[in-house]
Amino acid sequence: MAATETVRLPAPARRDPMSAKILRGVGKLPLQIFLAVVALLWLVPTIGLFITSILPASEITTSGWWKIFAHPSLATFSNYSALFHNAGLTQAMKTTAYIAVGNTLLVVIVAALAGYAFAWLEFPGRDWIFIGVIALLVVPLQMALIPMFRLYDSFGIGGTVLSVILFHAAFGLPFAIFLLRNFFIGIPKDILESARIDGASELWIFLRLILPLGLPAIASLAIFQFLWTWNDLIVSLTFNVQPITVWINGQMRQFSSSIDIIAPAAFLSLVVPLVIFFAFQRYFVQGLLAGSVK
Amino acid sequence: MSGASITAEPPPRAAPPEPGGEGRSRYRAGALFLLPAFILLGVWLVYPTIYTIVRSFFGPAGYLGTWVGIDNYRTLFTTSTLVTAIKNSAIWVAVVPAFVTAFGLLFAVLTERISWAVGFKTIIFLPMAISAFATGVTWRILYQQNPDQGAINALGKTVSDAVTAPGVLSNALPSTTALQSKGGGLVLKTPLHPGGVALLGLTGIAPEDVPQGAQQAAKPSGQSGAIEGVVWKDFKPGGGKAGVVEQGEVGLPDVTVELRDSSNKVVQSAKTERNGSFRFTGLSPGTYNAGIGAATFAKPFGGYSWLGPKLITPAILIAYIWIWAGFAMVVIAAGLAAMPRDVLEAARTDGATEWQVFRRVTVPLLAPVLSVVFITMIINVLKVFDIVIALAPESTQANANVIALAMWRTSFSGFDFGTGSAIAVFLFLLVLPVLALNVRRFRRDA
Repeated sequence: MAATETVRLPAPARRDPMSAKILRGVGKLPLQIFLAVVALLWLVPTIGLFITSILPASEITTSGWWKIFAHPSLATFSNYSALFHNAGLTQAMKTTAYIAVGNTLLVVIVAALAGYAFAWLEFPGRDWIFIGVIALLVVPLQMALIPMFRLYDSFGIGGTVLSVILFHAAFGLPFAIFLLRNFFIGIPKDILESARIDGASELWIFLRLILPLGLPAIASLAIFQFLWTWNDLIVSLTFNVQPITVWINGQMRQFSSSIDIIAPAAFLSLVVPLVIFFAFQRYFVQGLLAGSVK
Repeated sequence: MSGASITAEPPPRAAPPEPGGEGRSRYRAGALFLLPAFILLGVWLVYPTIYTIVRSFFGPAGYLGTWVGIDNYRTLFTTSTLVTAIKNSAIWVAVVPAFVTAFGLLFAVLTERISWAVGFKTIIFLPMAISAFATGVTWRILYQQNPDQGAINALGKTVSDAVTAPGVLSNALPSTTALQSKGGGLVLKTPLHPGGVALLGLTGIAPEDVPQGAQQAAKPSGQSGAIEGVVWKDFKPGGGKAGVVEQGEVGLPDVTVELRDSSNKVVQSAKTERNGSFRFTGLSPGTYNAGIGAATFAKPFGGYSWLGPKLITPAILIAYIWIWAGFAMVVIAAGLAAMPRDVLEAARTDGATEWQVFRRVTVPLLAPVLSVVFITMIINVLKVFDIVIALAPESTQANANVIALAMWRTSFSGFDFGTGSAIAVFLFLLVLPVLALNVRRFRRDA
């Protein structure tokens, strides 16, 4: 993961006279303006959604959200307070949280166990089995929707949060095992060997050495799994579970007349991912790079 | 990796592991550690994959249904909705990976030269955290057709109004059948000779749309060698008589009137006075047609129908590129950071321009990273689903259809599990070679 830790470039440590600095700054002005415009364009959609979500219904249907800059007093949180009293939405938020947290825990535990086995336990055909697990990355989840829909039906667990958690966990595993195994294998061998010589059980080594030492990779994985399941639509939609994405999707038929519900609900749905993203940006980027650059 | 956490003493064990038994217990430990993963992968990935492949050769209903051979695959390539989906997915693959990689490269290279690179990258990367579904909702608000509601059409209107101003009388209609519409304007049906009079009456003009300074309409009488006329609002409170200039009806100033000869060439044009009158003089004998130019009736910009059947796919593509450009930028920026700086510096010292350095040094060195981004995007694009559901209104979802969405609709709206399985297998076959490349890379690095 050498490449992953230097996402930001260190500033070149040159010592130039002030005048040269100013000159360079002026020379870069067109570039600065261009990038500022790009950044603004990238922000506008999210800002637009937020402003739409705080306008009264009567205003949204007659005029654009940007009118708020001329009439700031229009802003109201009544849409949000209405949503918080909407039993359907609060239930959907809870469902979303259960799915995201449950899946994240399950994937982290199962993948850490398997990753440790692939990295540090010896058994026949280990590396071939590992390649087989990675090969499962090719399976798009669409391949499993029909059979699992039927299977869930016959076992009567369709429509439960658990059915969605297990589905997500299985499809998260190949990447998760790959990520953790590759991180665990970088842990110095001496540490494990000396613990084994001291008579530590594999479980003890796993819990007391591997997990703490593997924390950076586990954090990346957890964030990815959390966001992936928090943001999911297709799996829950298929198995008739209603997290927030599916709940909003149910309101979409009357898009313009329900916009005072849809916009704040959509914004609520992205607040949690945004907070997670800002809080753990480093791990997020690391996980992303581990998945693509390696 | 700090040493603090690894100095913890393992629990003392009285008996040392007996020789020979250690290896077997290690195997057993391996099996136990792998068991949960194998159960999940076996039940949720391996079994379904086999089932779906088999299922794709059977009819719509039942655990397997009746054997239909390759009929489901034939359906896939002959049903128009499914063909649309395949075509759209092809467009996605052709457009999105290239744009995402290009934007990522552009942003990654340009941000190296600014001091607020971290802020810029955070902003561009932000959409990656948001669900594709919420992105769809967000962009659907931006794409609304009415320029008073959709921000993108509002921008279009601002530009359009600046380039071609809407006509002074964009909603006006002829007051009698003597005026015919032609090429966006209105033309008097009966040809005129010099000395004739052209009465161009209009209705359908709201009081606030009457140009400022309008006066009582003139009553042209005719003059030899010239054609005189009037453009007026052929309506007064109470109605009035159509086609006749009456007291209380106002002329329409600043309207461009055109006079065409018998070969339909514009020979003269004039602007109306405050009382609506105009006059063409110095005419040679012959027949002429008088009319009002098209510019007068130019409609204001009504907004593009982004969510309509024609533009819906491009509209979704734009939103999708907005999400993924940040991903490409971050991955490429990491590749840039890992690049040997001295190579770049050497090229610059040798007098290469910035463009040459970029084209001849940076891009070739980045080629592996660029191809990773490109391939990752091909896979993502083939599986695209949520954003189409969220952005395309029910009425145009068929036009915006893509393979993954077609699979879902066929299976869970149409409950044709046979064709649904066939679409899933088709998708699987499409991503297979792409991901095989990735797996080979994983193996090399593992």
